[in-house]
Amino acid sequence: MKTKRELVIVGGGPAGLAAALEAHKNGVEDILLIERDEYLGGILQQCIHNGFGLDYFNEELTGPEYAERFIDELSDKKIDVQLKTMVIDINDQKMLTVLSSKKGIEFIEAKSVILAMGCRERTREAIRIPGTRPAGVMTAGAAQRYINIEGYLPGREIVILGSGDIGLIMARRLALEGADVKGVFEIMSYSSGLVRNKVQCLDDFGIPLYLQQTVTKIHGQKRVEAVDIAEVDDNFNQIPETKKTIECDTLLLSVGLIPENELSQQANISLDDITGGPIVDQSRETDIPGVFACGNVLQVHDLVDNVSEEAEIAGKAAAEFLLNETKDEIKQSLEIAPGKNITYVVPHTLNINANTSPLIELFFRVKDPAEDCKISIKDNQEELASYTRPIVEPGEIESVKLPIKLINISSDEIIVELITGGE
Amino acid sequence: MNERTIICLSCPKGCRVKVKANGDDIKDISGHECPQGIEYAKNEYLNPTRILPTTVRVKNGQIALVPVKTASPIPKEKIGEAMQKLSEIEVEAPVELGQVIVNNILDTGVDVVATRSIKEKN
Amino acid sequence: MSDKIYDILIVGGGVVGTAIARELSKYNLSIALFEKETDVASGTSKANSGIIHAGYNASKNTLKGRLNIKSNPMFDQIADDLKVPFNRIGSLVVGHSQEDKEKLILEKERSLAQADIDLRIIEKKELREKEPDLAEDAIVALYAPNAGIISPYKLTIAQAENAANNGVDIYLETEVKKVFHENNYITGIKTNKGKFSGSIVINAAGLYADKIAATVGENYEIVPRKGEYNLFDKKYGSLVNHVIFPMPSEKSKGILITPTVDGNLLLGPNSYVVENKDDLEVTEQGLNEIWDGGKKLYPSLPGNGIISSFAGLRATIPAEPYNDDFKIEALDNPVGFIDVAGIQSPGLSSAPGIAELITKIVDDISKDLKVPIKLQEKSSYNPELDKLPRLDDYKDHREDWHQVYQEDNDYGEIVCRCEHVTKGELIAELKKSLAPLTLDAIKRRTRAGGGRCQGGFCGPRIAEIIAEEFEISPLEVTKNGPGSEILMERVKDIKADRDITYRRQKDEN
Repeated sequence: MKTKRELVIVGGGPAGLAAALEAHKNGVEDILLIERDEYLGGILQQCIHNGFGLDYFNEELTGPEYAERFIDELSDKKIDVQLKTMVIDINDQKMLTVLSSKKGIEFIEAKSVILAMGCRERTREAIRIPGTRPAGVMTAGAAQRYINIEGYLPGREIVILGSGDIGLIMARRLALEGADVKGVFEIMSYSSGLVRNKVQCLDDFGIPLYLQQTVTKIHGQKRVEAVDIAEVDDNFNQIPETKKTIECDTLLLSVGLIPENELSQQANISLDDITGGPIVDQSRETDIPGVFACGNVLQVHDLVDNVSEEAEIAGKAAAEFLLNETKDEIKQSLEIAPGKNITYVVPHTLNINANTSPLIELFFRVKDPAEDCKISIKDNQEELASYTRPIVEPGEIESVKLPIKLINISSDEIIVELITGGE
Repeated sequence: MNERTIICLSCPKGCRVKVKANGDDIKDISGHECPQGIEYAKNEYLNPTRILPTTVRVKNGQIALVPVKTASPIPKEKIGEAMQKLSEIEVEAPVELGQVIVNNILDTGVDVVATRSIKEKN
Repeated sequence: MSDKIYDILIVGGGVVGTAIARELSKYNLSIALFEKETDVASGTSKANSGIIHAGYNASKNTLKGRLNIKSNPMFDQIADDLKVPFNRIGSLVVGHSQEDKEKLILEKERSLAQADIDLRIIEKKELREKEPDLAEDAIVALYAPNAGIISPYKLTIAQAENAANNGVDIYLETEVKKVFHENNYITGIKTNKGKFSGSIVINAAGLYADKIAATVGENYEIVPRKGEYNLFDKKYGSLVNHVIFPMPSEKSKGILITPTVDGNLLLGPNSYVVENKDDLEVTEQGLNEIWDGGKKLYPSLPGNGIISSFAGLRATIPAEPYNDDFKIEALDNPVGFIDVAGIQSPGLSSAPGIAELITKIVDDISKDLKVPIKLQEKSSYNPELDKLPRLDDYKDHREDWHQVYQEDNDYGEIVCRCEHVTKGELIAELKKSLAPLTLDAIKRRTRAGGGRCQGGFCGPRIAEIIAEEFEISPLEVTKNGPGSEILMERVKDIKADRDITYRRQKDEN
């Protein structure tokens, strides 16, 4: 019941897959990849649409194709995979309790752990929509699983709340399968999904997108019968005069994703309140040495390509942690903080040692859309670098590569700012 | 004269490009901020095409459906018809990724291929 | 007429109806219970605070006060027998001023004059030790160590299961339409599923008790009084250690905050009369009201920790002569009709006492019935339910779960990842005689689908397991009974418009 492992990776989605391969490539010989579903690939397997891989593979793939490339590569390597297995406990000593129908309870003592559990969707409750509690209210991802994997349509007349990519993709999926999508409603003044998805998933099918509008009430005793919609002002207050009722049998919610960090919390790993994910350094190591995090469990990405790249950072770092007996001395530690107009930055800290790569890539989101603007990187003393951007949007993660040699040796903080026109 | 606004998808900026035309004869393109916009708008106006990702029923598969796509883009106006055609098909498991599910769908010259391998039900 | 013949017909599968059914199943009687919904505990019993009140503010001049005080000590045995989680965590009525303190002292003295209840006034220091996160300005509290928390629906379900094991027939989706009486005697009932004979009808129909009573000529009105709630993620369950009440108002005990037996945190209820007995809408105003109430007690309450909002309705009889008290009585005409109506708060806390009282009433009228009966204890009665294994109960000794797993490998497959519920646990429930066919019923029994993702991940899988187990199509699986199907059709069965992608362009031209 008790085993020891060099590296345990929790989650067999895109992050876990890429992390496992990278750790293997860098010399880790004892790797266990744990996946709770009956197949690898995670949520990619239900994302049957195209648009994946343009960055990573330089070609356009569907979700399952993207996943299968990694799964194929994994198959002839010495990487142990345990499917239909759930990690139920983890502690700060890297002791895991796992449960599976094949082996029952197992205790695994890991030298290193990579957390790659992904994220879950925000529910109706998280945004507190008043009204009744009938059947027919579900998250877009749950609907996606029903339609694309299980083969069932959850409704015929659909209202979608939230214009995130999953909401847009599901609008098209439902329209293609014969449902009537009455509209996509977005409380913000802009769509948080990719422009391409807005055009190809809504415009192509004549599905209207209503900005600054939200669902204010759900009607129906047993099944959804209608929803109330109202416009909101710039402070998100509903404008009562604009209220209207739309008949429908299903309300799909695409109102955001939350990194799934219940295990991280069990292990007492510190989390960032904004991202909802662990606080990590540039190697994606959490505040427990040897525990790394990558993919949507760390920050919700908009492109799977970025997940794969982030996972490779973590996989490589785990290998270094395991194989590099003498730890390099840290020469300088810096906090990386969001400044003006920036929501968050990952990584959160930078620990520079002799081996640190000369370029450090910072990932962040801006607070509001802007055009012809500039990303400015400062430390305690001065601006280190600036990067112009023709357009930035909160829906798309931005990144810059900062040469480490620019950082002043006495600094202990790096700040990322967005400077918009006229400033 | 016909006027249509096309959102260019060549980059995330999404320029709103205006196309003025008489039938298929494009008279003017404006609103683009780079040359890619002209090319994109021209294609999108004259011959809009899309890759169609969807599913097809599987018999005896580990899951009920196999995800498929058109191997290359097909004319946009054929998408509805293609969906109808694909709804009538059922393939037998196992299915290999890349396997042709429908040859030359609707005479477009484009095959519909599986995008996931599906094992047989155990 | 091919009626089924029983001695006793119980109308309503709430906590009261099922408590009565279980209590009466001790005797050599033939009993049937009728519930109009797909599952028991589908009305008020599924949506309330889940608190077993100590009875501190109950007046001995009221039936509900007496029954609450009588019932509170009975819960340890019941919970033990039925394997229902119950925890005497104690309650605190929190005061913020010297004036509040005086009121609380008065309350304590008044209560002690009526009954022997353990009540203490505690001062700020002890209060803070008990509740470190309570608002700074809370300076005094009335502490009742015997108050407890229970899952009201798990209790109701367990009572029903135990009653069924002891011979009670439980008819679900069976709505009582009319009560028959002849020459001053009860003779039976009519339901949507046919007629049933019996000489006693016990009216425990909750919000609809007045409708049932009207069919035997009674004239009173049940007024629904709504209460709205928020449920918080388990993450925050340890923020509060006791049942925390604000200073009470005339009408209600106020918006309270309490841990639940499942480890979540529950906030609510407000209290206002509504028109419709099916008005379970959660309102924005109501949510704001309970939120404000909660924030006053616990300023650090996390807004983003809410995983569910819901509303319940109290079945009240405000009119004279009941004045918001319980109405528990046998009618003189027709003989054999017993009302158990107006069971509002503290109805849950009083349920065992109510069941005992009903047994006494049944005994009293037993000789006067159309078909007289005799209450005779039966030797086969078993008050206990078997305890089913729950992974969640093995938190501190996971290794022991391996034995459970070895008996049945389904106990190794997690279905609900938020609440850690295995397939084995689900199937064990589905195999019971009172098997739940709906997602809500599964959720109430196992918590599967009731966690932070609210079934987003496991909903499809649970529906599949239900469908497999009962050999039905997933299309037939419902959330909470007919009309609430989760899925509408198989994909590819309906066809999209051939021209779907050109709608917009056509509109433009």
